[in-house]
Amino acid sequence: MTNSGSKSTTADRAPGADDEAPSGSIASYTVGFVFALLLTGASFLVSQSHLLWAPGLPVGLAVLAIAQMGVHLVFFFHLSSGPDNTNNVLALAFGVLIVALVVSGSLWIMSNLDLNMMPSSVIMEMRH
Amino acid sequence: MTAKASGTEFTDGSAQMTAADGAGPAPVRIVVAYGFWIFLLSDIIMFSALFATYAVMSGRTAGGPGPQDLFELRSVAIETLCLLLSSYTCGLGLLAVERRRMTYFYLSFGLTFALGAAFLGLEIAEFARMTGMGAGPSRRAFLSSFFSLVGLHGVHISVGLIWIVFITAQVAVRGPRDFVLRRLRCFSLFWHALDIIWIALLSLVYLAGVSA
Repeated sequence: MTNSGSKSTTADRAPGADDEAPSGSIASYTVGFVFALLLTGASFLVSQSHLLWAPGLPVGLAVLAIAQMGVHLVFFFHLSSGPDNTNNVLALAFGVLIVALVVSGSLWIMSNLDLNMMPSSVIMEMRH
Repeated sequence: MTAKASGTEFTDGSAQMTAADGAGPAPVRIVVAYGFWIFLLSDIIMFSALFATYAVMSGRTAGGPGPQDLFELRSVAIETLCLLLSSYTCGLGLLAVERRRMTYFYLSFGLTFALGAAFLGLEIAEFARMTGMGAGPSRRAFLSSFFSLVGLHGVHISVGLIWIVFITAQVAVRGPRDFVLRRLRCFSLFWHALDIIWIALLSLVYLAGVSA
C-alpha cells in the first residue's frame, strides 16, 4: 500500500484537517469481492438445488445473506472495532435494532390478525 | 464528534471537547462519513418497512401467478453480478483518486456507471415483461408490494447514476481536493449500501420465492 502524500503525524496536523489515510486497499476490496461472489453463488446453489432440507431453506438463505452483509460492512465500508469507528458501530447497532423491530413486529402482528380472521369460505357462505 | 477521544477524560466541560491526551477533534473526513452513515441507516430503516410489507403480502396472490411463475432467475443473476462488480470498481476508483491516478479513476467510475446502467436496464426490462404479462403493480397486493420494494431500490440506483455523473464532473473541474474526496467517499458508501439492500432483496424476494 503506497501513500503518495508525505506521512503526516497527528501532531503537525491542524485540528479537524483531513488525514491522508487511504480508504482501504486493493487487496481488501478484492477479498471482499471474492467473498461476496462466493456467498451469492452459494445462495443461488442452495435455492436451486436440494442440498438443504426444504423447510430449512429460508433460514439457510438468511444466514448466507447476513454473512454477505457482514462481508460488505467489513471489506467495503471498512467498519472495524477501531476507536475511530465506535460511533459508526453504535449507530449500526441501533439501526439493526429498529429494522428487527419493524420487520419482526409487522410479521407477528399480521400473522396474529390472520389467525383471528374468519376463513374466506365461511364469509362466502354467510353471504348466501 | 470526538470519536478518537472515547474513553479519555476531558480536562474541562467545555464545548470544544478537546481530549486530555491531545488527540483533538476527529478529522472532518470521519465526521462527514459518520453523518452520511446515519443517513444510510435511516434509508435502510425505510426499506425495512417495505421488506416487512412484502414478507406479509408475498403469499397473497389471490390464486394468480406467484413468484415461481413471474421471476426469471437468469436475469436476476446477471443483475447481481453487475451490482457486485460495480461496487468493486467503485472502491477501486476511490483508491485510484486517493493516489492521484486519474486515468484509473475515470476508467473505474466509467465502468461503475456502465454496470449500474446495465443493472437498471435489466430491471426495467423485467418490469416491462411482468406488466406485459398482465402482472402490473395495480393487479394484486403481492405485486404492489413487489413493485414498490424493488422499484424503490431501482430509484436509488438511478439517483446513484446521476450522482456518478456529477461527482466525476466535479473531480474533472475542481481536481481531487479534500472536499471532493469526501463527497466521493460519501458516494461510495451510498453505492455499497445499495448492494447490501440488493442482497436482502435477492434472498427474500427472488431466491426464497423461486426455490426448487
